[in-house]
Amino acid sequence: MLLEAKNLVFGYERGKNTLDGVSLAIEAGERVALVGPSGCGKSTLARILAGQLRPASGAATLDGKPLPLRGFCPVQLIYQHPEKAINPRWKLGKTLTEAWSPGDEFLSELGIEKAWLGRYPAELSGGELQRFCIARALAPQTRFIIADEISTMLDVITQAQIWELLLRVADERGLGLLAITHSRALAERVCARVAEFGDLR
Amino acid sequence: MLDVKNLSLSFRMYDGAFRRRDLKVIANLNVSVREGEILAVAGSSGSGKSLLAHAILGVLPKNAILEGEMLWFGKPLDAALQKKLRGHQLALVPQSVTYLDPLMRVGRQISKEKETVKELFGRYHLQDEVARRFPHELSGGMTRRILISAALAGEPKVVIADEPTPGLSPHLAEHAMKHFREIADSGSAVLLITHDIDLAVRFADRIAVFYAGTTVETANASDFADESLLRHPYSRALWRAMPQNGFSPTDGTQPYAGSLPAGCLYAPRCAMRTPECVSAPPEPRDIRGGEVSCLYAT
Repeated sequence: MLLEAKNLVFGYERGKNTLDGVSLAIEAGERVALVGPSGCGKSTLARILAGQLRPASGAATLDGKPLPLRGFCPVQLIYQHPEKAINPRWKLGKTLTEAWSPGDEFLSELGIEKAWLGRYPAELSGGELQRFCIARALAPQTRFIIADEISTMLDVITQAQIWELLLRVADERGLGLLAITHSRALAERVCARVAEFGDLR
Repeated sequence: MLDVKNLSLSFRMYDGAFRRRDLKVIANLNVSVREGEILAVAGSSGSGKSLLAHAILGVLPKNAILEGEMLWFGKPLDAALQKKLRGHQLALVPQSVTYLDPLMRVGRQISKEKETVKELFGRYHLQDEVARRFPHELSGGMTRRILISAALAGEPKVVIADEPTPGLSPHLAEHAMKHFREIADSGSAVLLITHDIDLAVRFADRIAVFYAGTTVETANASDFADESLLRHPYSRALWRAMPQNGFSPTDGTQPYAGSLPAGCLYAPRCAMRTPECVSAPPEPRDIRGGEVSCLYAT
């Protein structure tokens, strides 16, 4: 499996391109960290790679084929702000089972308490919500995970716990991983390769 | 400048129509921030750090019950005083980027004075045209800088910054921290709520470590240079989990509000636990220039 971005061009405004000919390839089982200044287009690239945005030109492909427009996308994006990635009017049990139904053991490994499933997002902290987003993204059909600053809002112990679990699942299933982060220490700890956004031409 | 003594906070909840129970989320919390100082508050997610900020500002939801003491320059910080200070002498940099009004251009949300906006934007390297944008048109890092500018527009005496740096590149995070440092050096006080212990160590004077709604240790920032300088087992576990210090997670999660243990809140995960730890919560003690709540701290 190969997730590939070729010559992506994308702009939110006419005449101003956020991405201008960006290319990147990640193989199954590979872990790549992406670093770069704020506002340079890292999250935009993440959204195109996960099939959530269409590039103006260029293409994001999985094994040479375009990403599916409907149904489950094998490239799953975990966002920086979980409170914006969860329906505020749904109880968390419904959010969790949106794509698949994780088992009890999996939930307890992620540190998700049973009682939280009956709560609304506003009643939990950001770190607690992020665990739901991670559990939701790790469906069996998932082949690639794009982690966009997923642990910046977590304390270091929870951060280490969540990465330990995410890396273990990624290893077991041979998932590819793109980790967007501002922390050099974290990038070097979880990834084999560190890519500078500015060098992705 | 600002003292919080023995603070407890509960939420009144209703199970069904008539059964009432109080859910305790903060207990025996002690924090004081002095003139010219940055006090960092670090600790686990959901340990009540943001609730502390909201309690100080008086913006808790209606079902919250506060006990204990909050003092502003020695005077009780009550609802009337909070209302007077809020937004002027007492400012908040909020945690969530959803605190901006989605239907209002960001320039107007910072200040009605165009000049003030211009000056603050210059300080945070935001282009003037950004003022005309709506919140959804900003990147994560830009939104952070907007939130910081909005808080500093009123020239506050005490700034409470609730996770101001996540999503900022190291360069911009450092820049923001230097501004907080300047604010502190000019005689104000900064209460910095953060997960980023690296930044806290470099810019703060003292670090208060929170766990499950209580302060377990208040240490000098320099104590975080090495595990052996820290006093509480939880502070040491935090140190070991940092990516550059081993990245090794301690098992378990912090106890959930409503099912808190009777004794030391960290006891269920602690390797040094003894029967005494489980029977009663430890009293804070002064050790090596810091304050710690652990029977076996050295």
